[in-house]
Amino acid sequence: MRGIHKLAYKLLVNDKAKFTALLVGITFAVFLIIQMTAMFAGMMKRASATVINLGASIWIMDPAVQTVAQTIGLPDYVLDAVRSMQGVSYAVPVYSGGALVKLANGTYQSVTVIGLDDTSLFGRPQLIQGKIEDIYGENAFIVVKDPEFPKLGNPHVGTEFQVNDHRGVIVGIAQVASSGLFGVPTLYTTYKRALQYLPNPRFTTAYVLVEPKSAGDVIRIKQQAEALGYLALTKDEFIDRISHFYIYQTGMGTNLLIMTVMSFIVGLSISGQTFYTFVLENLDKFGALKAIGAKGRELILMILFQASFTALTGYGLGIGLCVLLITLARLRLPDYAALITYWNLGLAFVMVVIIAAISSYFGVRRVLRIEAFDIFRG
Amino acid sequence: MPDPAINATNVVKWFGEGEARTQALRGVSVDAYFGEMLYIVGPSGSGKTTLLSVLSGILRPDSGTVSVEGSNIWTLGSDKLADFRLHKIGFVFQDFHLFPRLTTAENVAIPLILKRRAWSEAVAEATKYLEIVGLKNRAELPPVKLSGGEQQRVAIARAIAGQPDILIMDEPTASLDGDTGQAIVGFVKHNVLNEKRCILIVTHDDRISEFATRILKMEDGVLTGTVKGGPA
Repeated sequence: MRGIHKLAYKLLVNDKAKFTALLVGITFAVFLIIQMTAMFAGMMKRASATVINLGASIWIMDPAVQTVAQTIGLPDYVLDAVRSMQGVSYAVPVYSGGALVKLANGTYQSVTVIGLDDTSLFGRPQLIQGKIEDIYGENAFIVVKDPEFPKLGNPHVGTEFQVNDHRGVIVGIAQVASSGLFGVPTLYTTYKRALQYLPNPRFTTAYVLVEPKSAGDVIRIKQQAEALGYLALTKDEFIDRISHFYIYQTGMGTNLLIMTVMSFIVGLSISGQTFYTFVLENLDKFGALKAIGAKGRELILMILFQASFTALTGYGLGIGLCVLLITLARLRLPDYAALITYWNLGLAFVMVVIIAAISSYFGVRRVLRIEAFDIFRG
Repeated sequence: MPDPAINATNVVKWFGEGEARTQALRGVSVDAYFGEMLYIVGPSGSGKTTLLSVLSGILRPDSGTVSVEGSNIWTLGSDKLADFRLHKIGFVFQDFHLFPRLTTAENVAIPLILKRRAWSEAVAEATKYLEIVGLKNRAELPPVKLSGGEQQRVAIARAIAGQPDILIMDEPTASLDGDTGQAIVGFVKHNVLNEKRCILIVTHDDRISEFATRILKMEDGVLTGTVKGGPA
């Protein structure tokens, strides 16, 4: 550390009360910004859980579908039509719907049932217990071991239950990349059994899952699906569409924006004001430095260093606090939806940089205006 | 007569604007020499501190010239002027302006740090200057733990740490009791003043006049005469 930086550092950190107040302001702002955006990111990931877990490259759906849970049945001919499209390697139907499970103790629990294509089992989860071929057994279901798993009474292979008054038996326990948003356990079975066990409208295919022959065929498939009157989205496009729905059509995005702006204002208010007060209280010291022979740019460097050091320290503490809170929350609430991403770390960093820049701007202005002669005059 | 350390010619300085405009310096000319301890005395508001500021490169005059060791300092740009103050001038401010969050040694090291010396090296060297002013054993204490006289000596150590040719002291005894003030100025005369250094002191404390080489009197922005020593 250069001497001038160390001087700035010592002037800052040795004023423990001010430094603590500055850190509290920045840490709190970063914590709020990251916590809120992490919760939002977590919920968005959960909202797209089925899309992530099934992992299909292209999803064909009714154009009115906004989220993966809001299925609109596709007529049977759609599957055949898609299979005959140019560029399609293969296409399978998938069933997605809700059911009511009656547990051994007599209580009822809502579940999500995914019906996989009987022939290919495309989109099957990774099993941690049992064999995938057992899914073809009588009344067979595979249960996902996620935070919702205990809601089914922590079942094991062989556990029996009722699904919509039909007998069901667990033949495998699986793990998936992401658990769902709505707090219900997930069961996998075959497409045919899903249709057999669950009440259905006229059209039963929720989505047609497509694998293109090559990446270049994606656009061609999209065009052909559109000509058919349906919508073909890649996995990422579907996830974006779901996020777009929650952000712009549920008020979640607006609330997130309001809370983020409020966090920013709180951080700016506390840190900006404290830093400005810190500079004001040290104005005579900066004046003395100027008189002794410090150049204007050296004083600016000192203030920028102090602001940057505080901002980065507060940023680190804010992230640490957020990680701690999420970890503690997950000990108590295993399905606590919060996800720290590079995106929300970046957003918080940009906001911290803005807070530091605004805080130091006013400090720099005052310091540059102080005349060394004022020190003589007292 | 040797070349002056400082030569000021017909220095004029105005403050304020409009009806509030007042002339603080009315064409002041003065020379100061190496090896002398020059006092400028006079009542409050007579322009002593303004003159000191103009001579030390802190306050730009409206007209007139100030030459230090033959160079007109007011032709320098702000960065060069800062360098001039750092390398040529040592300041002892009336209120000391020590940094309460730094140790005594770190305070003394400030001019060395501004001269881009490494922190540890600067602090180690600062301890030598604390030894000169008799405060080596206070090196690790913050200035607030020191008495007024000790703080003044720390300020002197800081002023001489940069090995300046010219030492500027503004009312050095104003915050001290009579005995301490005399002891401090006596210390400066015997330990800091030398043939290669010029010391300028602004004061209205008669009790320290015995240490002056020369005393100039100032009233209403003009030097009115020599109280002690040779002509102005």
